[in-house]
Amino acid sequence: MTQTYAIHMLGNLNDNIPASDEYLTLNFSPSSSIRKRRWGNYGLSADFLGDYFATFFPGDEDTNSKINRKDAVKAAVSFVANELLENAVKYSNTSSSYPITISLHLYEQKIIFHATNCSNHETSRRYEEFVQELINTDLDKFYTQQLEKTAMGGGGSCMGILTMINDYGAQFCWKFQPVADYSEEVQISVIAHLDV
Amino acid sequence: MEIKTDEYAIWYDSAISTVFVQGFLRLDGMEEYQPIMDLLMSAVDQASTFTLNLENLEFLNSSGISMLSMFVVKIREKGSVQMVLQGSDKVLWQTKSLKNLKRLMPALTLEYN
Repeated sequence: MTQTYAIHMLGNLNDNIPASDEYLTLNFSPSSSIRKRRWGNYGLSADFLGDYFATFFPGDEDTNSKINRKDAVKAAVSFVANELLENAVKYSNTSSSYPITISLHLYEQKIIFHATNCSNHETSRRYEEFVQELINTDLDKFYTQQLEKTAMGGGGSCMGILTMINDYGAQFCWKFQPVADYSEEVQISVIAHLDV
Repeated sequence: MEIKTDEYAIWYDSAISTVFVQGFLRLDGMEEYQPIMDLLMSAVDQASTFTLNLENLEFLNSSGISMLSMFVVKIREKGSVQMVLQGSDKVLWQTKSLKNLKRLMPALTLEYN
């Protein structure tokens, strides 16, 4: 039976993305080829995004780190883009006619990532439950709990999201919305802010 | 013991009880990491002191971080193996994420070169 689904917005940000002069969007078909080949393409794309956005930053030595700002941006963008794409695939409906997308918007001190994918209600609900738990629990405690869970072989610990937040300081907004009235599909929209 | 692809290489040097991991690891979920986990466990079975050298591992996705977490917990459960983790302070993900493994095993020695 088809069910209605309201828009749900979660996280410590709103979904507003200010205009920026520099941005890139990549679209992927969720079913254009076998997953193994697509998986390789996501890694390539993440590396490309890292390389591309790093060019806007100086390669000066950082007195507090052995990694200069350009290389730090490259590595952080590549990691975050890769994780967002991997998640978009994991939570994606492979028969969807809507693409998986990722957009990166550049600002002076920040890069905003926006990833979207379409999912079925059940998958979307499970993802939303994880996000609810994440935002309602102490981050340090939740991170340790999920790390122990994954280390003991428990799946679904979402270490990618937790790593982006805990280790890279990324801030998130999640938006779950039906792609159309009475649709079986939910669009999952993930916005991540990364200070650079 | 060795695994080598275009993207990464992993091998065990029994003379120094060290597994080296190099390259870019972004495999699709834990199942794809199983051969690497098997290699690590085989290496640990041969030594009471074990070193995992990640200095030239440029990229590790979150599934790989989960695999490392599982490995550390298996070492912890053995109780008889001293483990040294060698990383690089010139590789961003290592400076960000390796320290978290000490949450699972405080006795783990973490060295940045």
